[in-house]
Amino acid sequence: MNPRMRWRKFVSNFMLAMTGVCALVAVSVLFFILASLVYHGGTSINWNFFTKLPAPVGETGGGMANAIVGSAKLLLLATLFGVPFGFLGAIYIAEFSGSKVAFVVRYSADLLNGAPSIVIGIFAFSIAVHPFKHFSTLAGGFALGVMMIPITLRSTEGFLLDVPRTLREGAMALGASKWKTIATVIVPAAYRGILTAILLAFARVAGETAPLIFTALGNSYWSHGLNEPTASLPVMIWNYAISAYDDWHRQAWAAGLVLLTLILIINILARAILSRGISVPR
Amino acid sequence: MSTASTTLPSAGPAAGSRSFLSRLREGDEIARLVTFLFAASVVLITILLVFELWQGSVLPRHKFGFAFFHTSVWDPVFEKFGALPFIYGTVVTSVLALLIAVPLGIGAAIFLAELAPARVSDTLEFFIDLLAAVPSVIYGLLGFFIVVPLMREYVQPGLKNTLGFLPFFQGPAYGLGFLTAGIVLAIMVIPYIISVSREVLLSVPRDQREAALALGSTRWESTWKVVVPFARSGIMGSIFLALARALGETMAVSMVIGNAPIISASLFSPGDSIASVIANQFSEATGELYTQSLIELGLVLFLLTFLLNGLARILILVTSQRGSGMGNA
Repeated sequence: MNPRMRWRKFVSNFMLAMTGVCALVAVSVLFFILASLVYHGGTSINWNFFTKLPAPVGETGGGMANAIVGSAKLLLLATLFGVPFGFLGAIYIAEFSGSKVAFVVRYSADLLNGAPSIVIGIFAFSIAVHPFKHFSTLAGGFALGVMMIPITLRSTEGFLLDVPRTLREGAMALGASKWKTIATVIVPAAYRGILTAILLAFARVAGETAPLIFTALGNSYWSHGLNEPTASLPVMIWNYAISAYDDWHRQAWAAGLVLLTLILIINILARAILSRGISVPR
Repeated sequence: MSTASTTLPSAGPAAGSRSFLSRLREGDEIARLVTFLFAASVVLITILLVFELWQGSVLPRHKFGFAFFHTSVWDPVFEKFGALPFIYGTVVTSVLALLIAVPLGIGAAIFLAELAPARVSDTLEFFIDLLAAVPSVIYGLLGFFIVVPLMREYVQPGLKNTLGFLPFFQGPAYGLGFLTAGIVLAIMVIPYIISVSREVLLSVPRDQREAALALGSTRWESTWKVVVPFARSGIMGSIFLALARALGETMAVSMVIGNAPIISASLFSPGDSIASVIANQFSEATGELYTQSLIELGLVLFLLTFLLNGLARILILVTSQRGSGMGNA
């Protein structure tokens, strides 16, 4: 082997090793994040964290019960608002519409999906806060729901189009009407995919902070009904982290740990559902 | 691509062959109408979004015009609003993020697509996907409590001692600032670069690699001189996608950038970005002009990400079509 060849071999091995290092660094960030959250927040997770209201400034203790309930309410509203639009919209463009209409709907969804979350926040503010002159849970749920629409719509459409043509033809040949075909054959065939899409959309908005800070705002107490501002885990993490109190910092870490655990579990669940034998050939 | 056209014809002839009444009785027309209303609402919501941003920023657009973009006084008390410091901060932090994230991300994508066995690659990709799901505020939390002290105690003094003659690395080391925001952003966008680049690299036809190897190139040469150039436009697409993410990123940046409308060549200096100034000031903004100026910033951000996302999509599409076209031939 001449020196030139040896040099080229060396460069090749070196660069390939470097790409491995890059991959390792990228993946290790995830474990670093998890480890830091457990290290800084693990000890602050106790019964009080889940059941108590935030303590007044200067007092230690207290919890984030109102933020947890607030987040649950916001996410429920978001799902109730976002999923029907995404799901039924996807059925329309996948099953009923012509390709031009489908293009327009798809394009709008992509536009919505690409909009920065803070912009969605401004939009929700001008639709659901400004006219009523007060911040509310409803406005926050609307903001998150708007973010769920494009994610649900685009993936649902993809999974519907993946349903084999033979299934449709079989149902039609048996005399089923179109909507019956959709409701009893196509949607059930694609339900794993659709469920995954909804779960991923849910997980995505569960951690969103920016659309909430001027729609749901925040609240140190319980929020009653849907017309009052409400606390939520992501906004709480933000407020507590940039505060000046050590006790709040600890709680921010704990809230971060709870939030990330929830999001990762939903993500893993979604992927598990999808990989469990989908009936659609790729 | 082919699926869209193969599923559609069933709507045409099958529907037309039955009478409107029978279709109505069987519920087809109702289902079509109901789903149409939902699909149309999606389009309406998007139009409304653009309309609200445009309508909501009418005052500053008329009052300041283009001066909004190139003046740097942001004074709510005297109602003077120039967005230059925020535009500057957004651009600087995003460019910094890309400078760090692009080499790392593409390197990792090459490893996943070219070297790692399929199972290892899939497992790592799974972790990368999870990483992409970590919310912004968590990155902010880690940035604020871990990266900022690290920057203040070690990185910034170190840079000052070695590269301090450059204007970028001068001034007091606060920890908070452009450089820290850039680094945190880089960590956040790496997963996007990896995922998309990996897909694009995997779509490069096998014979391209084999031809290069058969001509006597080493594994790295075939990767770097044949596979990567083949996938170039798709990789560019992933970079634009990452840039669009970085520009719109709000919470993490607002926690580590320092929140001061400063334009400074020094990367150690605190600054502010478009998204972060909206997050910090919007709910407290008093007066129509103040609020509307912030909405105009939102409009700018929306248009920027809109352009970048469009460009990214075209580039990724071009590569994957080129790949599949060559594969079939």
